[in-house]
Amino acid sequence: MTRLSPGTLRILALLLVLVLVGAFFASQIDNYLNARLFNRISSSVAIVALIACGQTLVILTRNIDLSLGAIVGFSAYATGALVTTAPDLHPILLALGSLAIGAGFGLVNGLLVAYAGVPSIIVTLAAMAIFRSALVEFSGAQSITTDDLPQWLVDFPNLPLFTVAGLQFRAAFVAAVVIVVLVHLALTRLRPARALYAVGSNPDAAEMAGIDARRTVLAAFVAAGALAGLAGLFFLARFGNITVVAGLGFELKSIAAAVLGGVSINGGSGSVIGALIGAVLVDLIENSLVRWDVVSEFWREAVLGLLILSAVTADALLMRRLTRLRIRREKAAAPATKEATP
Amino acid sequence: MTRILGPWETFLLVVLVLIYAANAWISPEFLTLQNQVNLFQLSIEKVTIALVMAFVIINAEIDLSVGSMMGLSACAFATLVGEAGVPAALACLLCLGVGLAGGFLNGWFVARMGLPSLVVTLATLIGFRGVARILLEDRSIGSFPDWFAALGQRGLIGPIPLGLLSFVLLFVLLYVVLERGGFGRKTYVIGVSRDVAEFAGLDTARHKILIFMASGLVAAYAGLLFAARVGAVRGDVGQGFELDIITMVLLGGVSIFGGSGTLTGVGLAILIVLSLRNGMSLMNVTGHIQTGVVGLLLIASVLIPRLGTRLARRSPA
Repeated sequence: MTRLSPGTLRILALLLVLVLVGAFFASQIDNYLNARLFNRISSSVAIVALIACGQTLVILTRNIDLSLGAIVGFSAYATGALVTTAPDLHPILLALGSLAIGAGFGLVNGLLVAYAGVPSIIVTLAAMAIFRSALVEFSGAQSITTDDLPQWLVDFPNLPLFTVAGLQFRAAFVAAVVIVVLVHLALTRLRPARALYAVGSNPDAAEMAGIDARRTVLAAFVAAGALAGLAGLFFLARFGNITVVAGLGFELKSIAAAVLGGVSINGGSGSVIGALIGAVLVDLIENSLVRWDVVSEFWREAVLGLLILSAVTADALLMRRLTRLRIRREKAAAPATKEATP
Repeated sequence: MTRILGPWETFLLVVLVLIYAANAWISPEFLTLQNQVNLFQLSIEKVTIALVMAFVIINAEIDLSVGSMMGLSACAFATLVGEAGVPAALACLLCLGVGLAGGFLNGWFVARMGLPSLVVTLATLIGFRGVARILLEDRSIGSFPDWFAALGQRGLIGPIPLGLLSFVLLFVLLYVVLERGGFGRKTYVIGVSRDVAEFAGLDTARHKILIFMASGLVAAYAGLLFAARVGAVRGDVGQGFELDIITMVLLGGVSIFGGSGTLTGVGLAILIVLSLRNGMSLMNVTGHIQTGVVGLLLIASVLIPRLGTRLARRSPA
């Protein structure tokens, strides 16, 4: 029997929580588990998963990005304006454009964090305000409406690609999952992507191992920005109407998804698959609370805050126990030859 | 004299004088006593919270939940007075109690559980706001007792309202505590290195919890000030205030890594942010852009000292 790695165990535990939460609400709400619930959650996850995936890359390097929501908003507006002025633009070019816009903002964040040495919480807290005011200035407080958009873009989020057991898998959701899986494969297989974990676990050791820690942090912020930019395009396609408050609060939601998904806030551990499941969990709870009669929908945020707090607490307690266990094992093994098994 | 005004404080003073001169040049009304009182009055909640935030950051932690705690306290007050019919004075005490409890919650998770304050207070930023929304949902509650509204809106001593008076008193009190007392010295020591403070026999967990409780208490008080000043409360009271508050503290020369900074600097930075916003309003700059400028100021206030030390290290002394 092969032993499961802690990462796999964590994802299995997360899936169990997901099933339990679903089962709980299914017992509370009539006609709960249906295709509509799946559609609603999958359309929402398509956007949040991309942002949570980017947030995970940043958190892996021991940083945080509070500006992702503002990037989503700016990209949603800018791509909307772009496609309005040039309706014949090829979809691929539009997607590339959204990635480039986001990457540009990520580059600003990354340069300030990695090369100017300003802590990420400060840079991105400020960037959140700066990018948002850039959006206000750029848009002239005008809105984009669905009527301005080409039909293919409006259809994209609802386009059913294939159906499994009566559940429609729509284009935006499938695209988001494919991207998350690709990022996951890169993180587990590719050497440059592994550097994110090395830098997050121990920046000094990573430097000594010949990894350019600064460039790695910069790359994480650029990638997170690019993913948020793409999420902005998905946001535009799903909602159609874009105002200056588009994407507000997504930074917190993405952190919640990542932390619930088992990404360690101290950097160096976690996976984007976990963040994806975390995003599903957050959306499942939000969508279910709206329909649960016992509490009003205004309980959403309080529950979300409580969830984050319990997830990080559980993580800390678990880590403490593991460290204690390891110390005990090492003490027991001390007289014999020490064979470190990390 | 150099003890009170370090190089950074002197720099802030020069910037402040320049902004004041520019504002006075744009509008002669700027320097009148009434405008100066209004300057504070419009942001009295932020500047009051900033004073305690200085302690939190010197102690090498951060409290992102203050804006939400402010909202929670204001909403709890509105619910108690407007819907449950609790006497306003009692409701005030209860809200301050909520602030202490929320601060204790933050402090306990940070100091006893060893979680990063960034994550804990980010979670309570969402959580406290969530409780405020549960209380008020999408309603707005006003019509508080006359004496309560008067405290927020009219002058208590001459033209000076309660909020400004309590800000000045709190500044003096905290200045003495930070610069002269043992509590202040412990705050610096723990901020420089928690391990060293622990080895020196300090109860660092207790100290951190006390500071978070003070932060919660003052944020709750600021929520009450807001309710009194504006006269109506909604679920989004205090949303996004943490940006201005943290900017004031860091611009004041408090290191984000903890262990250094003075309340004099924070006081000057408060005046700079207030007069800068006031000046931009005089020039018809919109609120969103003002927030963007404050964001730039925040980055600059951390970037400039860092570049300064780097240059100083490079050039041979």
